[in-house]
Order: sequence, then C-alpha cells, then structure tokens
Amino acid sequence: MNFQLTKEQEMVRKMVRDFAENEVKPLAAEVDETERFPMETVRKMQQYGMMGVFIPKEYGGSGGDEIAYAITVEELSRVCATTGVICSAHSSLACWPIWKYGTEEQKQKYLVPLASGQKIGAFGLTEPNAGTDAAGQQTKAVLEGDHWVLNGTKIFITNGGEADIYVVMAMTDKSKGTRGISSFIVEKGMPGFSIGKKENKMGIRGSATTELVFEDCIVPKENLLGEIGEGFKIAMSTLDGGRIGIAAQALGIAQGALDETVAYMKQREQFGRPLCKFQALQFEVADMETRVQAARLLVYNAAWKKTVGEPYGKAAAMAKLYAAETAMYVTTKAVQLHGGYGYTKDYPVERMMRDAKITEIYEGTSEVQRMVISSALFK
Amino acid sequence: MKVIVCVKQVPDTTEVRIDPVKGTLIRDGVPSILNPDDANAVEEALRLKDKNQDVHVTVVTMGPPQAEAVLRECLAMGVDEAILLSDRAFAGADTWATSNTLAAAVRKIGDYDIIYCGRQAIDGDTAQVGPQLAERLGIPQVTYVKDFKIEGNEITVHRALEDGYEVIQVKTPVLLTAIKELNKPRYMSIRGIYDAYREKEITVWSLADLGVAQDQVGLEASPTKVFRSFTPEPKGKGIMLEGNTKEQVEQLIYHLKQKHAI
Repeated sequence: MNFQLTKEQEMVRKMVRDFAENEVKPLAAEVDETERFPMETVRKMQQYGMMGVFIPKEYGGSGGDEIAYAITVEELSRVCATTGVICSAHSSLACWPIWKYGTEEQKQKYLVPLASGQKIGAFGLTEPNAGTDAAGQQTKAVLEGDHWVLNGTKIFITNGGEADIYVVMAMTDKSKGTRGISSFIVEKGMPGFSIGKKENKMGIRGSATTELVFEDCIVPKENLLGEIGEGFKIAMSTLDGGRIGIAAQALGIAQGALDETVAYMKQREQFGRPLCKFQALQFEVADMETRVQAARLLVYNAAWKKTVGEPYGKAAAMAKLYAAETAMYVTTKAVQLHGGYGYTKDYPVERMMRDAKITEIYEGTSEVQRMVISSALFK
Repeated sequence: MKVIVCVKQVPDTTEVRIDPVKGTLIRDGVPSILNPDDANAVEEALRLKDKNQDVHVTVVTMGPPQAEAVLRECLAMGVDEAILLSDRAFAGADTWATSNTLAAAVRKIGDYDIIYCGRQAIDGDTAQVGPQLAERLGIPQVTYVKDFKIEGNEITVHRALEDGYEVIQVKTPVLLTAIKELNKPRYMSIRGIYDAYREKEITVWSLADLGVAQDQVGLEASPTKVFRSFTPEPKGKGIMLEGNTKEQVEQLIYHLKQKHAI
C-alpha cells in the first residue's frame, strides 16, 4: 500500500492550485453575486488542458488519470465551486460517455473538440417528473428515416446554454422500461432544440443550470450514442464516474472552508488572544481536518479504482456521500467559527456553505448514494 | 533559432526564515520553486517558439539531483529540452564558479542565438550569474529586459532603469536577463505535465561531461566568503501626517528639525 501521489499528480495539484489562486479565486465572489458563467476562466482552463484531464491524447485530452482529474476539480472547487462543477459536468458527464460508448466517428467529431478545449459539454437526464426516479423518462425519441425526432424537456442541466454538445437521454420504447431508453448526442443549434428557464440557485450561482427544450428536434441518426435501449445503462455508468467529480468538488469546498477558517482563527482575537488558542475551537478544527482527510482518501480511492479498471460504483457512491456531508459539516462549522463575519458576504465561507449543499443533491442525492452502497451489501 | 534559458531552483523565500543563531537559511520543509525571474525568461523563450515552431528552447540548471523538479516544470510549460548540471564537485559554488560551470555547459551545447537568464535569484539576490556568463562566453549582454522584439537577428529590447528605460539594439548571439515586467509566465499545462514525465528525458551532465578542471568549479573555485547572514531589523513604524497640505508641510518641517535633518 502506498498513499503517495505520483509526481505527475503532485505537479497537477501544484499547477491547478497556482491557476486557481491567481485566475479563479479573484472572480469567485463576483461570479456568485452576479450569477455570471465565468467563460473567460473556462477558456483558460481549456487552454491548459483542464477540460480533458483523463481523456487520452489521441482524442485531444491531456492523457492524465482519474486521480489527476479529481485533484483538478478539488483545487478549482477549493476557491470556487462554480468553476469546479463546470469542469466536472463537462468532463465526467459529456466527455466520458462519448469516450466510453461513442463510435470512432463520434469521438473524432465530438470528443476531440470537447477534450481539446474548443467546445463545452453537458448531460441531460433529469426531467420535471424524473429526478431520482430517472427511469421515468418522458422525453421521447422517434426514428423517422435518417434522423431521430426528440420531444420533451430536461431540467437542472449544468452548463445548459453555455455548452455546445449535449449527451441526452430519451425514451425510444416505453414498453421496455429502462431498456427502452436511448442516448443521443445533440448539438446546440440543431433544429427544435432550445434552452429554457435558467434556475436562480442557492449556491454554485455562476454555473448555468437550465432547462433543455426539445420540440420536434431533429437529430441525425448517427448521433445515437451506444445501442438503442442502452441509454439507461450509459446514464447510470456515467453518473457512477460523475460522482467522483462531485465528490472531488465537495472535498475542495470543504478544504477551502477549512483553510479560510484556520487563517481566520490565527488573526481574529477575542478576550485578548487569537481564536486558535481556545481549546474548544481547536477541537472543532481537529474534527473538520479529520473528516476532510477521510473524505480525500475515499475520493482518491474511488478515482484510483476507476483508473486501474476495478469496479468503482460503490466506492464512488461512498466518496460522494461522505465528501458531500463533510462539505456541509465543515462549511457550517466554518461559518460558526467566523461568527457574525462568517454570515456576511465579506468572507468566502458564506458562499462556501451555500455551495456545499448542492453536493448532497445532484448526481444522486445522499439517499441515492446510500441505496447504491447498501444494495452492494445485500445483493 | 536556438534559445538557452538558465534557471535555478530556489527555496520559496516567502516561507524562508533565517536561523538567528547560525545565520543560515532554515530550508527544512520549505518548498522549492522555479526562481520567479527565471520563469519570465522561460516565458519569453516560449513566446518565440509560439510564433515560430522552429525555435528550439533548452533549459539548463546547475543543482543537486532534486533540481530536476524545476526542469520538469519547464518541460511542462513547453520547452524542448532540459539539461541538469549535477555533480558533488559543483556544490558550494558562488557566482564565479556557477557562471564558469554554466559557460562550460553552454559551450558544450554549442549552437545558440539567445541566452535568457532571470535577472537574479530570490535566494541570493546577486544578479551576477547572467552578466558573468556573457563575459565568459564573450558575447554582448543586456540586463533588466522588460520588453523584447526580434526581426531577423536584430533584437530591440527595453532595459529598465530606476526612472525609465533604455532602448537597445543588439544582434545575436546575445545574453539577456529578464525581469518580471517582461511578461506573465504561463502555467504548466496538464498535458505538458504528463509529457514532461513520460515522453521527455532530462540530460544530466557531470564534471567529467563538461571537461572543466575540478578546481574551477564548486566551493574550491569560489572566492566569495560569507561573513555573516542576518535578518535586517524591521523599520520602525512610520508617522502619518494629517491635515491640509500646509499643515502637513508644517508638521513635516517640525519633525525634520527635531531629527536635525534640516
């Protein structure tokens, strides 16, 4: 057993942290306040290979592994969870399924521009009536000659409107249940595809979360991803990997809040001494640190399993569950330890606490993670 | 066109403290970084390469084996080749011995048009190695470069002065030293990081490879003797003068008289 990162992974951390501190952190509060998608940052992330970390070089990616990817999302999220999820949704939910299930033509046409940083990707599964019950897809796809016709609405789509390429699930044969769902690659601008309402959210406010509306949307026949009826499997396996990204995001938020708190406690004085000299508060920080480190081990463990080709569904669920709950725990404590200042927008922990909550909800709620974990024990 | 960039691995001095008793740097647990001015030098070389893929950039450093880390960083930024000058005999070198070692390496590389160095390293702050290297090679040098243009082999640079800058035209081969105003260094790229470890090699040259006599390198060849190292006393707190201009001037004159300055 060896808990050391490789030299490449260490250097990725150094590089992304440097980038995050200089390019991402200065914008974080403004991006949150104004709900602005930080496109200028995304362009730089593309330039430096952060939007295709684990995709092989022959498909335009950086040729790294899942751990380097987790580190990338973690370090971005440490200063700005919005930026972290833009990278995570693009990489895990759009690049990965095309890499895993796409034909060579689809990879050349869609994965290369996504991974090499010319295009942004998104993923459309959730619907108004199909959240955790993702099998209840109402969006329909019907084959008409040489194209599919899609009708329906997706909601809560991360990178919605900003993305160029969407991996979208739709029902092709309702009688077959989950085996009647198929997966499609839809381009922005395809006839009948439009972006609906943008959500006004509690956290990750700079990330675009929108509806996708399909009204007789014409998708070329060759844009079917995988086989007909394979959509649910593709969606579930994509989310297994996506959970590593969100777990890394949650880990980054928690680490960021912890770092802010440690710095604050060294300089904030009450009763004539800094907060870090009060043992009751020291113990709070000890618990925060311990949970963050435990979350990190779970996240890297899941990422490692995925890298080496071991089954990782349960490991990813545990990483996501624990990291998300740690993010909520640590950010709540961080606000408390900042006192009244922590409740204001003058300190980033206020934003971090709002950002943390979504990690317990999207890409499978904490309840879904518990279902995945326990079903692996009782199967 | 061939560009050689000389770089140094330095302790991150924002985190360095001096042992008050021994007067030496406490380096334990202090991260090592690519010297900031050297990053500007690397960046300028890479900008030449961005414009013209025929530009070949080689980075050279003298240091212990772990100095390899900064060379990998340079490779991850996009340089073509990295050479580490490493030998126990090089240890303890001052600027005289360092520039002698670097000059031997540059001669061994042979063909070059531009040598870029950082102005100075943040651990020693001497700003001597670049100029000494140019002297040893017998080529022109321009220090404190804050702007760089090239047409053919005609180079125009702005050399920073305290209160302005000089415009200097030089021809290759030339040695330039970069200051931070020259550019903003790029980050490593993630693909670059993987390439730096998987696809690129670092060439290591020892004393024997350079063909320099042992008494011409390292501590033995270093005339510098360190008398004492110390942390300068922090300056006392300043006095802020308030009021309108007239009142402030009156107060200023009062204070200066008190101190017998006027």
